[in-house]
Amino acid sequence: MAAVAALLPLGYLVVRAWEGGGDTVWRVLWQERTLALAARSIGLAAAVALACLVLGVLGAWLVVRSDLPGRRVAGTLLVLPLAVPSYVAAFTWIAQWPSLSGFGGAFLVLTLVLFPYVLLPVAAALRSADPALEEVARSLGKSAPRTFMLVTLRHIRPAATAGALLVALYVLSDFGSVSLLRFDAFTMGIYTSYQGTFDRTPAAILGCVLVALALVLTAGERRARGAAAVASARGAARASAPVPLGKARIPALLGVVVLVVLSLGVPVYSLARWLLVGRSAGVDVPDLLAATWGTVTVSGLGTALTVVLAIPVGILAARYPGRLARGVELGSFAGHALPGITVGLALVFFGIRVAPELYQRTPMLAFAYAVLFLPLAVGAVRTAVTNAPPVLEEVSRSLGKGRLATQLLVTMPLAAPGVLAGAALVFLTCAKELPATLMLRPTGTDTLATELWSSTEIAAFAAAAPYAAVLLIVAAVPAVLLDQFLRRGGRQ
Amino acid sequence: MTALTVEGLIAGYGPEPVLRGLDLAVPEGSLAAVLGPSGCGKTTLLRVLAGLHPLREGRVALGERVLSARNVHIAPERRGIGLVPQEGALFPHLSVAGNVAFGLSRAQRRDGRVDELLDLVGLGGYGARMPAQLSGGQQQRVALARALAPRPGVVLLDEPFSSLDAGLREELRADVRAALRATGATALLVTHDQEEALGVADLVAVLRDGTMAQLGTPQQVYLQPADLGVALFVGDAVVFEARTGAGVAETPLGQVPVEGGDTGVGTVLVRPEQVHIDAAGRAGVAATVTDVFFHGHDATVLLRLDDGAEVRSRVQGPLQARPGDGVALTVSGTARFFPAATQPVTSAMASPS
Repeated sequence: MAAVAALLPLGYLVVRAWEGGGDTVWRVLWQERTLALAARSIGLAAAVALACLVLGVLGAWLVVRSDLPGRRVAGTLLVLPLAVPSYVAAFTWIAQWPSLSGFGGAFLVLTLVLFPYVLLPVAAALRSADPALEEVARSLGKSAPRTFMLVTLRHIRPAATAGALLVALYVLSDFGSVSLLRFDAFTMGIYTSYQGTFDRTPAAILGCVLVALALVLTAGERRARGAAAVASARGAARASAPVPLGKARIPALLGVVVLVVLSLGVPVYSLARWLLVGRSAGVDVPDLLAATWGTVTVSGLGTALTVVLAIPVGILAARYPGRLARGVELGSFAGHALPGITVGLALVFFGIRVAPELYQRTPMLAFAYAVLFLPLAVGAVRTAVTNAPPVLEEVSRSLGKGRLATQLLVTMPLAAPGVLAGAALVFLTCAKELPATLMLRPTGTDTLATELWSSTEIAAFAAAAPYAAVLLIVAAVPAVLLDQFLRRGGRQ
Repeated sequence: MTALTVEGLIAGYGPEPVLRGLDLAVPEGSLAAVLGPSGCGKTTLLRVLAGLHPLREGRVALGERVLSARNVHIAPERRGIGLVPQEGALFPHLSVAGNVAFGLSRAQRRDGRVDELLDLVGLGGYGARMPAQLSGGQQQRVALARALAPRPGVVLLDEPFSSLDAGLREELRADVRAALRATGATALLVTHDQEEALGVADLVAVLRDGTMAQLGTPQQVYLQPADLGVALFVGDAVVFEARTGAGVAETPLGQVPVEGGDTGVGTVLVRPEQVHIDAAGRAGVAATVTDVFFHGHDATVLLRLDDGAEVRSRVQGPLQARPGDGVALTVSGTARFFPAATQPVTSAMASPS
């Protein structure tokens, strides 16, 4: 039910796109501009994904497997860019170097923000890899580099491709940073076509194309991953001995330092500088507070709605595996593939036609967040419920507690930390969300993200800096909670 | 009085049922062990009894009350059947006392029932601890206390000792039996460990291919196995093809008295502890020692007779035999005889190692 509700607006978008008839669709699709937009977006996505793959795998290996000095600290620092919304990163870069723009700029900024999406899962896969497999390969006469190619790479391949897929999907659907960096991407095309003309049919058509692109990408990755299924080794994995880097130690360390400086140092430095500049010019405190309040309320409502919808779906998916669970898994990837701008657009059409009284009101935006981030929350609920062993529910039943009492007394308390972590993740993502917020925000309400975007658009960097700073803080609180939870979970 | 009755139970998952017409009756207050190799349907039986899995045919009753039948399915929470799963499965978010009190009403909690049970399982004063702070054996004790707390009609124990090391297992078995006796609870213990079933239970039910191969006391099952399959499963055995007549079997080890008056050709079975070794090689059938396995408390000696037959002997105390030694063998006690026509060796029942 929840899933159907979530997909309704998208179905509506498809209908809306067909309203002009097949000819219009054909005409819009074969425009030179459409093709150019698509080519540019795909090119950027491919380039960034590739760069992230290289940086992520190298970084993960250095942090987990080598004797790199300070690798624990490096491990934390290299994951932190994840907390920086891509358009905040873009803002800090162009505030520092206003000439930065186009493909090169978008490539640089997005790569620096997104490489942790590969690094994080690959590092986890490397940690969980049974060193016995590598030891066996070595004992069978394979050299260390051959072992890496034959054994280690195979083990991390699913994690690496999944990470690269997330990166590519992110780039395809990214709106904030490409618009700030004046890179004419597909999402930009949709937005200008939505803003600039009375006929919004082309925008609807382009929105559908973007979803189709994302789905094709997802399906391709699934096939690639399916072929590389790795049997997990039995038994508790030991930590493997760090590989000595030898002469490569210093260059490797330098590389990591440069990466940290570029991905974290530049945003922090630039933000600090413009905050100081802005302070002398005076900060509009009431506006800042209003925007903060806007972000917190809108994101809070969106999170609440999302989690409430996700709990029954997640429990079902965890306890009754089969078609539903597979559907949820597919849905969670399709969810990553759903660009915010398309969902925003779909809800604009849906709102105007079906529920005009809700259009540009808070519930509509909360619903947009639910559509966008439901898969995220369902995944968290499902994992949390799966981790609560069913045998505990059976024991509870044998002790005289009914189905509902068992859910309340056993399953929910056990799953609560995981569900809360999922809620934190959803909140963080809502707070960072830009395009749907821009299109659907309630009249008269500004959020940190929209304020930042409009100030940066007119190059008012000093005015934008406080919003960026507060946004980072608002997003950091749930990120810290999430991190705490994951660490605790890792120890148990 | 019979506490638990199972009649003609058919249940399973796919098109082929796992349990195929199982009968079982457990008298009140007794501890019955369900013994069988993996895949024989032990776990399915347990789940059907607990109400966690539906049956297809048959009947499960607790006293006079029918719990499961073709169109009857009492919910697990309304059966009054306690469950001690493998490895305890304590609620990790509740303290030890919280776990034990889980199935109790508010009034019962105030009665001191929790402390009473913790004392019973030897964990008095542990109430405030969390499950993660307990050892594996302690967790099992809490799981038993939790299951016994609401005074269930029957407690089901699913291989409760299998994850513990040998020394601890022995001690916990004794304590669990004592706790069950003290509360007068009827219990059903599922296990694949012959020694455990024979050592701890009042009654052993040997399950094979989803039906009951034999139900009896440990002595009956071991000394008077219903068929060769049961005999081979519940203990080590020396087996010969032999002819019997007038209560005596002609075996390679000489004439051995057999139970029952069967005559004809069939299989004769003696337990290795009935085969005695005379190291000086004076009286008995000549044999050569081929291998010796020393177990500490006793030893198993592998021997070859002059006609090539292999024999095992279990020897107590000090033993001087070495591979290659020539010895003489005698058999004490009576052997079991299974006539060939009615006793095909069941392939599904593997001999214990």
